[in-house]
Amino acid sequence: MSYGLAIVNPTLTENRMVPAVDEGTLILRCQAGEKQAYGELVNKYMKRAYYTALGLIGSPEAAMDLSQEAFIRAYRAIKRLDADKKFFTWYYRILKNLCLNHLRDRARHARPFSEVGETTLLKMSDQGEDASRQVEQEETREIVWDAINSLKPQEREIIILKDFQEHSYIEISELLDCPMGTVMSRLYNARQALKVKLEKVLK
Amino acid sequence: MSSQLKSADKKHFQTLLMKAVDGELNPDEQTEFDKFVSKDADCRNEWQQMKKLKEVTKNMNFKSLPTEVWDNYWVNVYNRLERGLAWILFSMGAIILLTYSGFKAVESIIADPQLAGILKAAILMLIGGSVILLVSVVREKLFTQKSDPYKEVQR
Repeated sequence: MSYGLAIVNPTLTENRMVPAVDEGTLILRCQAGEKQAYGELVNKYMKRAYYTALGLIGSPEAAMDLSQEAFIRAYRAIKRLDADKKFFTWYYRILKNLCLNHLRDRARHARPFSEVGETTLLKMSDQGEDASRQVEQEETREIVWDAINSLKPQEREIIILKDFQEHSYIEISELLDCPMGTVMSRLYNARQALKVKLEKVLK
Repeated sequence: MSSQLKSADKKHFQTLLMKAVDGELNPDEQTEFDKFVSKDADCRNEWQQMKKLKEVTKNMNFKSLPTEVWDNYWVNVYNRLERGLAWILFSMGAIILLTYSGFKAVESIIADPQLAGILKAAILMLIGGSVILLVSVVREKLFTQKSDPYKEVQR
């Protein structure tokens, strides 16, 4: 594993308004040990990474930690990435595996998922709705969040990718490394499962 | 889902239904989908339920984080990367120093004429046992990592 010994001021790459550089070029620069190039990749994908992890595991602190850990692991292994491939697709698999490990560990310690929704979801008061409607909608959202979290990880994953992250079917098929038809049927099954859990809300 | 539909039609309807829910139907698919919905009551019912479900999930948004969090994100990743390197160097240095001092300690114990033979043997057994335990733990850890189905997938 090689970190490169060049001293790079991390603040130099904080600005996300960097001119768009071809991703393949950035990957090649990272492979040459240029951390600044990696900073550009991190800045480009950090939000997507965090919110994906948050959707998968439900805890903001853990999502932040795991999304960063996945970036670290990706950097250590970046020499094995083909520069023609999409960085996020490759990174996503590392992140997903970290999240699955986290969920497996958490299952052993059994922290209830219901603790999670309160700190994770956007409150309606943040969106300026009237009070009674706010309460009603917040209740509904908590029920929905609990239902999503009670799905199997594979079902939750596809709901998060499609309905929360708003990826297209093609993007999801790349991320999950499966044909479009499989994406559709997995999404259908996941939505069916969610529909059953939300029967009362949907009436 | 309608029991009147054939299995292939069911599958096709499910695909169209997902596209319809996500607004990804092209005009031809839309026509096909409309046919399903107008002809079959179960299809129509399922379409209504899926639309409601989409409405519900569409309103689920995660809380936005303050800008500072994003401003510091790369700095945190960078620091953790650097710390990882520091830990590796620290561990390597510590292993070399400990091995060297262990070797010197064993050497001086063996060379000490004052120390009883049985004590020398006990100390050597203790050290030998510790080394075997350490190697065994490290080997197990490496083996587990290799066969862990969740370890990161590399391309």
